[in-house]
Formats: sequence, C-alpha cells, structure tokens
Amino acid sequence: MQDSLKSSSYQQLEQKSKYTNMFLRWFLYFILIVFASYFIFPLYVMVVTSLKTMEEIRQGTLLSWPSGLNLESWAVAWGGRGYGAGDTFLKPYFWNSIKMVVPAVFFSTFIGAMTGYVLTKWRFKGDQWVFLFLLFGCFIPFQAILLPMARTLGVLGISNSVVGLVLVHTVYGIPFTTLFFRNYYVSVPTELVKAARIDGAGFFKIFFKILLPISAPIIVVTVIWQFTQIWNDFLFGSTFSFGEAAPIQVALNNMVLSSTSVKEYNVDMASAIIAGIPTLIVYVLAGKYFIRGLTSGAVKG
Amino acid sequence: MFKWLEKNLPKIVMAPAVGLIGWFVYGFVLWTLYISFTNSKILPKYELWGFGQYEKLWASRKWLIAVDNLLIFTALFLIFCVVIGIILAIFLDQKIRAEGLLRTIYLYPMALSFIVTGTAWKWILNPTLGIQKMFRDWGFENFTFDWLVDREMAIYTIVIAGVWQSAGFVMALFLAGLRSVEDEIIKAAKIDGASLFTVYWKILLPMMRPVFFTSFVILVHISIKSYDLIVALTQGGPGISTTMPALYMTQTAFHKSQVGLSAASAMMMFMAVAAVIIPYLYSELRRENAR
Repeated sequence: MQDSLKSSSYQQLEQKSKYTNMFLRWFLYFILIVFASYFIFPLYVMVVTSLKTMEEIRQGTLLSWPSGLNLESWAVAWGGRGYGAGDTFLKPYFWNSIKMVVPAVFFSTFIGAMTGYVLTKWRFKGDQWVFLFLLFGCFIPFQAILLPMARTLGVLGISNSVVGLVLVHTVYGIPFTTLFFRNYYVSVPTELVKAARIDGAGFFKIFFKILLPISAPIIVVTVIWQFTQIWNDFLFGSTFSFGEAAPIQVALNNMVLSSTSVKEYNVDMASAIIAGIPTLIVYVLAGKYFIRGLTSGAVKG
Repeated sequence: MFKWLEKNLPKIVMAPAVGLIGWFVYGFVLWTLYISFTNSKILPKYELWGFGQYEKLWASRKWLIAVDNLLIFTALFLIFCVVIGIILAIFLDQKIRAEGLLRTIYLYPMALSFIVTGTAWKWILNPTLGIQKMFRDWGFENFTFDWLVDREMAIYTIVIAGVWQSAGFVMALFLAGLRSVEDEIIKAAKIDGASLFTVYWKILLPMMRPVFFTSFVILVHISIKSYDLIVALTQGGPGISTTMPALYMTQTAFHKSQVGLSAASAMMMFMAVAAVIIPYLYSELRRENAR
C-alpha cells in the first residue's frame, strides 16, 4: 500500500517535471524565433520593397507582399534610366569595388603570410616586439591617420583613384593578416622546418614546399576577412575618392542621399541589396571561416 | 655578400611590412599629434601653438554633444548586445533543432556594411511609410514612432540598428566560449543537484569572464569608431543631435577645413581607444606567456 502510494506520487512528480520541461522547451523556441524575426525583418523588408512599385509602397505596409516579380527597380539601381546627367547607378562603382578588392586582398594576404612565417619559423631577437608593433595597427582609430593619408595620396598623385584605395587597404590590412598567419603558423611544429633546413632547404623553398600546402584554411579565413572589410569600407572610400573612382558603398550612400527627384525607396532597397550581396554570398557559402575570422581578428570596427 | 643576404633574408622579407606600418601608422599618428598642437586651417602649418585646439575643442558645443552621444550610445549598445548575445548563446546551447539555421540568421548582419544596414533601417524607421504607417494601417491610429526625425530620440535609432548588426557577433563569441567548457564540469554539477539555471548563473557565466572582457573591448572599439552607420542613418541630424566624434572629425577636417581642430579631435579618439586597448593587449599577452 505504502509502496504504491510512494510510486504514484513519484510518477506525479515526474509527470509534473515533464510538463515544466515541455513548457520550458516551448518558451525557448518562442524566444529564439522572436529574435530570429527581429534579425530577418530588415532583410525581408528590403527584398519585398525592392520588388514593389512606388504606388504599391504608398498603399501597402512594410510587410505586405508585392503584387508580382517587379524587377524594374533592380534594373534602375544597376544600370540607370538611360538619361545623362544626374543618373546615378551602381554598375560602374560595383566594378570599381572589384578592381579595388582583388589586388588589395591579394597583396595584404601575401605580405601577412610572409611576416607570419618569419615571426614564427625564423625567429630573431625581439621578434615579439615586432609582432606587437604590427599588432597595434589593428586597433588605431583611422581618424588619427586620415589627414596625413589624404596628403600622402595627393603627393603620390593617386588621390581619388582606385590605385590609391588599393594602397590604403593593403597597408591597413597588414596588421590583421599578420595576426591571422602568425597565430596559425605558431601551431605548426617547428621540427618540420628545422629538419628541412638541415636538408639544405632555403627560406622560400621551406615556405612553398612545407607551409603553403597546409595553409589553405587560414588563407580562406584571411581572404574572407579582408574581402568583407574592404568591400564594406566606407570611411576610406568616402574620404579618399569621389565621383567616378568611388567604391560601391560610397555610391550607394550618394544614391540614397541624392534629393534630386522623388524618393524611390524601391530603387534604394534594390541598391542596398546589390551592395550587400557579394559579402552575403561569401557568408552563406563559407560561414564557418567567416566566423573564425571574426572571433580571432574582430578588433576592427 | 651572398652569405649575408641568405642570413638576413627573413629580416629583409619582414622589412616591407614593418616599414609600411611604421610609416603609415606610427608616423601618421605622430604627424596628427603634432598638427593638433598647431594653428592649422586649410593647410597644415608647422609652428607650434600649444593646447589651443584642445581648448577650442572642449569649448565647442558640437563636440560636447558628440561626446555625450558617444557615452549614451556606448552604454546602450554594450548592454543590449551583451544581454541579447548571452541569451541567444545559452538558448542555442540547449540542443536546439535547426541550430545552424538560427545561428546563420543571427549573424548575417555582420556580413553587411553599415551603409547597407543604415539604408535599410532608415527606410523602416521613416515615419511616413515605415513602421509607424504599418501600425496605423493595422488600426492603431494614434501609434507614433518618429524617433528618426526627433532630436531627442534620434540617437536611439542608431542604437537599434547598431545592436541589430552586432548582437549576433556577441552570441558567436559566447557560444564558442560555452562550447569550450568540458562536459564533465556540467555533469558533476547536475549530479550534485544543481538546476540548469544554477549551472549557468553560478558556474558557466563566471567562467566566461575572458569572453565578457573581449566583447567589452570589441564593442567599445566599434562604438568609438562608429561613423558609417550615422552617415547612412541620420547624417548627424536632425540638426547636430546625433553627431559622434568620428563624424565630427571628418566634418571638421574636410567640410570646415579646420585641420588643427580635427587633428585634436582625432587624438582624443585615439586616446580613448588606447585607454581600452592597452590593458586588453597587456592581459592577452600575459595570458599567452603563461601558457
């Protein structure tokens, strides 16, 4: 008798905790989904707005579904309306950004790989101080170098040009790329390098034959990081270029701010998506590497 | 000669990086520092003028507004990003279905530029066609949400967009931190009868101290440098109500041609960042050396 009582109250208790647990699970999912909607909301609004006509935008709400697949504002955002002055559209600036990103990512990654290699495998006296010296470059607020940089680019005759922006992004990318490669090569056993040196392999041979073949993951992380940073940069782009040499973020901002005609929010949203799509694609395809770069080099704003 | 070259090859390979950073980072900061002590207007002048620019800076109403805004923004940005980031990380850590998808959604704003983010939020927050209209069309006719054009409230729209962009990142940092804790610790605590809440509150969160520290440093750093988001969302307006130091610096330098004054404001920003970063670097290096 007593036994059965005990077991039934135990069952009750278990039943109860099962219900609390289920309630907690539901609560958990509820909160997670609420936040997911907060994060997805602007992207959803951007996409549907870009597909509406201005008439639909005025009549409907932010959330309302577009009446059809109206791609006109995308065409206007990318290629303009075809009349001369005052017609700004993104196509030429998109190519400016490509022309800026590709060499800047290549040079900064290459230099970073080399310095990371020397700092870990060809150590010399005071190399830690050299690393610290380079690392500090990750943290400076760029406002402290804008004025002299503007003058330097002027003196070199490359202000307001893609070449100038390549130089700027290469230089200020070096601290990050060095950090990435140095932290990666630190974990590669030095014995490998020592053995190769005894066998008579030189500086470059060791790099290309031993380190480079195992560097794929860190190269991916670095390239993604640099690509995202440079593509998304606005401060350097807006300070050191204007007019035809501007990269895409600057052009997007100019387009949105231009107050020449009636505000066309659908074109604005299509433009914003065009400017964001390359980095979004990279993020979706290589999210793992993107996050690794973020968590190890995310000192930059 | 060849021998010498071979022996010093590593240092020669290092030289471009060290030279470039030496010139473009250290040299340039020193130049800005020097100019901040001169009376430079459109063109730099090189005779020293003392602390005049700094006095002018701290007497300027616009700069004081900028500093005020920075403090408000930093405080709210930090609190919201860290609280949301921790909640999401802990909840995601409960063996959730579709965790990968949710994580992707929380973090994708980090892949976008602040200009894209600002453009999107500007459209959502604009009173005539955005959220305000949406609620009014739904029948809440007195619903008002016009912070974007309200001098007092505009700074909070920047907080909303900034948190949206960066909270997922704090989530990623904390999730990585929580996942690195060994399962044994949690199991042992549970066997001792600790509830899940106690496990997190008393054991796991205190273990996350380095993650708190890192998030703090990164978020403060982002907020001191915030520039793009303000340009895209408010251009410092209405009036000058959402000016921040970074915006003040570029406007003073390139629109008002007050080079000396803007150099002084840049140096103030530099010092603010240094005050946060130097202790951080110091502790990181100590940790690395201890290993």
